[in-house]
Amino acid sequence: MIIGSRPTKFQVAIDNDQCMLCERCIENCSYGVFRRDNEKILINSRNCVACHRCISQCPRDAIIIKERPCDYRSHPVWTAQVKENIFKQAESGKILLGGMGNAAPYPIIFDQLVLDACQITNPSIDPLREPMELRTYIGKKPKKLEFVKNATGDMDLVTEIAPNLKVETPIMIGHMSYGAISLNAQLSLARAVSEVGTFMGTGEGGLHKALHPYQNNMIVQIASGRFGVDVNYLERGAAIEIKIGQGAKPGIGGHLPGEKVCTDVSCTRMIPEGSDAISPAPHHDIYSIEDLKQLVLSLKEATEWNKPVFVKVAAVHNVAAIAAGIARSGADAVVIDGFRGGTGAAPTIFRDHVGIPIETAVAAVDAKLRKQGIRNEVSIIASGGIRQSADVAKVICLGADAVYIGTAALVAMGCRVCGTCYRGLCTWGIATQRPDLVARLNPDEASQNVKNLIDAWTLELAEFMGAAGINSIESLRGNRDRLRGYMLDQSMLDVLDVKTIGA
Amino acid sequence: MTQITINAEGMHYTPLNKLIRQAVREGVSEIILDNVMGQRFISDGLIGDVKITINGIPGGDLGMFMKGPTIEVFGNADHALGNTMDDGTIIIHGSSGDATAHSMRGGTVFIRDDIGYRGGIHMKQYEDKRPNLIIGGSARAFLGEYMAGGLVIMFRLHDDTPYAEMGLASGIHGGEIFIRGTVEEWTLGIGSSAREATSEDMEKITPYILEFSKHFNLASSFLLNSSYTRIAPVSSRPFAGKYTWE
Repeated sequence: MIIGSRPTKFQVAIDNDQCMLCERCIENCSYGVFRRDNEKILINSRNCVACHRCISQCPRDAIIIKERPCDYRSHPVWTAQVKENIFKQAESGKILLGGMGNAAPYPIIFDQLVLDACQITNPSIDPLREPMELRTYIGKKPKKLEFVKNATGDMDLVTEIAPNLKVETPIMIGHMSYGAISLNAQLSLARAVSEVGTFMGTGEGGLHKALHPYQNNMIVQIASGRFGVDVNYLERGAAIEIKIGQGAKPGIGGHLPGEKVCTDVSCTRMIPEGSDAISPAPHHDIYSIEDLKQLVLSLKEATEWNKPVFVKVAAVHNVAAIAAGIARSGADAVVIDGFRGGTGAAPTIFRDHVGIPIETAVAAVDAKLRKQGIRNEVSIIASGGIRQSADVAKVICLGADAVYIGTAALVAMGCRVCGTCYRGLCTWGIATQRPDLVARLNPDEASQNVKNLIDAWTLELAEFMGAAGINSIESLRGNRDRLRGYMLDQSMLDVLDVKTIGA
Repeated sequence: MTQITINAEGMHYTPLNKLIRQAVREGVSEIILDNVMGQRFISDGLIGDVKITINGIPGGDLGMFMKGPTIEVFGNADHALGNTMDDGTIIIHGSSGDATAHSMRGGTVFIRDDIGYRGGIHMKQYEDKRPNLIIGGSARAFLGEYMAGGLVIMFRLHDDTPYAEMGLASGIHGGEIFIRGTVEEWTLGIGSSAREATSEDMEKITPYILEFSKHFNLASSFLLNSSYTRIAPVSSRPFAGKYTWE
């Protein structure tokens, strides 16, 4: 007790004049903030995580949540967060874990890049009238096409085309496993992507049978724990993704705590109930780039060369050279996960301090692959901190073929990014396995929200492309001339290969 | 009972696997592969009840993702044999490389001689799916690391000194390992504990001793009458106490 109590992070107050004692706040709060005492709702603010479920359900707008009502003495170096982390570690001697993505206040490069539009000299295109090609294909592209004339005088293609994923919009949903998120959350995402004509990842948690109807829009993941992986699983996926690393925690493995391994999760992952699901830091059959090639080829061989194989890595310092190795491994796409990528739980030192932003990683990878003449060997999928359609447009201009969104799709289902996923008490029914909480997420409604979000971003992309005089997403890819850097230094402009504003 | 022989000399693994798959589809029950020399991925993802005899030396990932077949190799095997294997049997009349039985989830692998580093890493079990790795000789470091289920038995047939390779069963959180004789205390990785095998344990491993002896034509009495060390997890949650929340 040397350190004692800390100020509450949030202060919850109820306007008793407004409150009608309906008790919806009590029902909805899984963290135990509210209880009824006679004619009053009593509050324990210390339990509040600011998930805003109570606010969303209160019919009278009677609830107010304030952040840090009683703060520490302000200090630019010894911030409240820094001090509280020290308190916790001084008391426990343990590694600090946190939820969601990078929470450190790094400048966001996306916000220092501006897009272009046509004025007079090249006309803009009206997407209302002109067709806009948002469809793209993920996978290997041949260097050249060879044809022969057949007996009837027609031309036959003789070049063998590698399998590609046909994506109706360059927005896909990244890998969030059953276990990390609920089955209703996965179902909602799956329905949305199958309606839109795009894809989502299973994460390393197997493929629950309820998702089998959507398997043609699912990318199955194989990670270092190999959970839920068998031939049947590989056969079901539209593509297979080898996860080497994750932007939220590059270089380390994952631990799904035993309390989240319920009967259904256990059956999908094929591990005993209540056991920790531990994914080791490396794949123990991949200790080199040659070993990666062996895993890529083994997956292709197991599925008779019918499925594209992706390799996902965290954006780290030498990501460009790593991606060049991946492009030569036989993989069909490289997924790069920037340091803002989300997670259910990660050590905060990794979440906040390891890796590089997606903007620089994509630009560096695209440049390296073009320089080596192997850009056609792999598609580039960018993920980690894609918040809006402008980010999608910008990262495609920097060289990506498509993006994965994660957190944005969860926010579309109600997530307030409270960052408390690791407690397993998500009031929105997303990052939890508690049946009463999961039941709150209605896949009919939630899938519509996710679909709406992707549709809206797709419309915005089409508008932007039209304004820039571009009618195909393929013409936007790597089109750095449509970007300018706003107050970026020269070395950053060089890495991005982008001119400054005014130039 | 139909049997075919394939001459694998100079053949790439993809056409070789195509021939194997086609044979299985046509109901062939025994396939003999002659002159195998380094072809990877033999029987990769193969489903079915078929016996495959390999004369020669297969390359890496033999029987990866395999579900059901029995493979008998008259020769050594390479890297990651039985990788993420689902069901079936692999019998090696020789030694095998690193990451043998990596992430295996079902079936049984018998190795007559030695295996390399990282054997049985992250083997796991679920309900009736229990993988077994039986090693006649010895294994290098990191045997059974992160093991989450299943059974490893190692006879160290030609060595009576205590087992002394580092990182034995570090991070183990399920399953068990039996090693004939004793193990040096320092070999035990974090999260593992060792004790002498009991008569109940011996009952459990006896069927595997008998099967091993049968495959390799050995007298089983020596193995049945030896004493063994059993290595098992301290907890099914080795990392539960490592973290605190932000």
